[in-house]
Amino acid sequence: MSFVEKCNQIQNFNIQDYLAGVSEHDVENILKKNKLDETDFLYLLSPAAENYLEEMAQKAHNLTNQWFGKTIQLYMPLYISNYCQNQCRYCGFNQKNKIKRRKLSLKEIEKEARIIADKGIRHVVVLTGESRKHTPLSYLQEAIRISKKYFASVCLEIFPLKTEEYRKLNQSGADCLTVYQEVYDRKIYRELHPSGPKRNYEFRLDTPERAARAGFRAVNIGTLFGLANVEKEAYLSGLHAHYLENNYLDCEISLSIPRLNDHEGDFTSEHNLSDKKFVQILLAYRLFLPKVGINISTRESANFRNNLLKLGVTKMSAGSRTEVGGYQKDNKTSGQFDISDRRSVKSVVNMIKKSGYQPVFKNWEQV
Amino acid sequence: MELNMNDKNKLKIGDRKFTNRLFTGTGKFSSKELIPKMLKASQSEMITVALRRVDESSQTENILQYIPDDVQLLPNTSGARTAKEAVRIAKIAREAGCGNFVKIEVINDQKWLMPDNEETLKATKRLAEDGFTVLPYVSPDLVLAKKLEKAGAAAVMPLGSPIGSHQGIQTEKMIEMLIEVCHVPVIVDAGIGRPSHAAQAMEMGADAVLVNTAISAAANPPRIARAFKQAVEAGRTAYLEKMGEKQKYASASSPLTGFITNN
Repeated sequence: MSFVEKCNQIQNFNIQDYLAGVSEHDVENILKKNKLDETDFLYLLSPAAENYLEEMAQKAHNLTNQWFGKTIQLYMPLYISNYCQNQCRYCGFNQKNKIKRRKLSLKEIEKEARIIADKGIRHVVVLTGESRKHTPLSYLQEAIRISKKYFASVCLEIFPLKTEEYRKLNQSGADCLTVYQEVYDRKIYRELHPSGPKRNYEFRLDTPERAARAGFRAVNIGTLFGLANVEKEAYLSGLHAHYLENNYLDCEISLSIPRLNDHEGDFTSEHNLSDKKFVQILLAYRLFLPKVGINISTRESANFRNNLLKLGVTKMSAGSRTEVGGYQKDNKTSGQFDISDRRSVKSVVNMIKKSGYQPVFKNWEQV
Repeated sequence: MELNMNDKNKLKIGDRKFTNRLFTGTGKFSSKELIPKMLKASQSEMITVALRRVDESSQTENILQYIPDDVQLLPNTSGARTAKEAVRIAKIAREAGCGNFVKIEVINDQKWLMPDNEETLKATKRLAEDGFTVLPYVSPDLVLAKKLEKAGAAAVMPLGSPIGSHQGIQTEKMIEMLIEVCHVPVIVDAGIGRPSHAAQAMEMGADAVLVNTAISAAANPPRIARAFKQAVEAGRTAYLEKMGEKQKYASASSPLTGFITNN
């Protein structure tokens, strides 16, 4: 069964009612187990489990230490274009937004890459909006080729492609793909993506599998919290990661936990994710999926990130800019979303070390 | 199994002799500064380093700077998914001045990190022909181990249980076969979570053990490293004193054939 089928089966599941029936006794029993199944994971998202965050945190901390050690992988984003045909209602790059549109020349990409590499960063994420016209495959291949001069690992966060296209980009040197479903709830997905190629829910949902089949060694997925029911989105994201982990054994799977931030659009969230629920979801992910990477970006505040460090996080960005050309002084565009943690790489590295963790700059070598 | 009767306390791998039979790793430490401290406490003479984590472009972040010169470097091919990639990584490591030793890790399973025995055999053959001292990390399989020997492996490294799982020697019976018939050293690698697991492997007759996570993810890595050193020594002594055999073939206290007379 593909994940699309599994995801379809759960669309109409009334998670709220189900979770209300979970007792503290149920949660206590799960916390005694070494290996959690899908139902256990679901129970850990319940209101009853909110009273066990400390117990969950202790377990999550120990599991992460066992499988990852006290290490945090660092990376930085490099936005190369904000041209976009989509009209995602929550995104700053929405086609209808009147923002300055820009695509970096190859020379400009190199300039940005050098600035990032000078900070010691060896893993980069290259990002675009969705526009085959402005950022065709050939341009992406060139961008990867230039990035490879400066970085050990090049991750892509671009528009969904076909398997064959991913294979080409993998051969050009990209080894990792980030693609967020944004929202697993099909109905809300349609409402939030009124036009553009992104409207195709299933093509997007299958994207991580196409990348894995094309030879990408790592895939990072997630939902954008704030767009739909928090628990259901968390549940489906966790199941998706679990599905990928079991079906693509040769691919390293990780989860991000982005939540909606201020942006350039007119979208207001009806599904706020509180700090407490954020922590609960992070812990539930870790207990259900001990070996999956967990990634926290600079969308979150410095103080919150400092405290999350010991709860199961394995990757962090630092010193990020979400504008195209954001690392250079002039000619910046506006950002995709607002950064909360504005600390420099150096300052984040110091925080990681002070917390008794090793900041990892390089963890991959393409051969 | 090593059959050097003249010098039972030294283990020869490639062109190097080791007194200490605890090999260690560099992964998962909370700070790189702990690595030399751990090496001092364990007196480990060989340490494995993933080439993919070596950053030569960095002054402060290059892990190789934390390893004393007298400790044998064992670069590993972690991240390789095919024999071809493992061979490439080994060559890059040698060119980078990491020496001739290489631990082959070819892994296509990110969930349990189980080694790909087939690709590992291919890589072993190619690298041994190219003059490397090859230590392949494998699932314990007797037939494969003999093929690895024939392909020129300097040792075989069977797993006790999955990497980082701390489950101990779950593959005991399989490893025993390797110990019984292999002419190259058998080094139990992966799954050793406690000093008692290391002692058990040594009592069984393993020539050495490799321990990484159980030390690096411990609250006090140097102290635990010392405990592992002691366990390895205790297990080795027990093995040399044939305690393992006594356990396996103990004589019955009430003989079953005592009633037979010569009449």
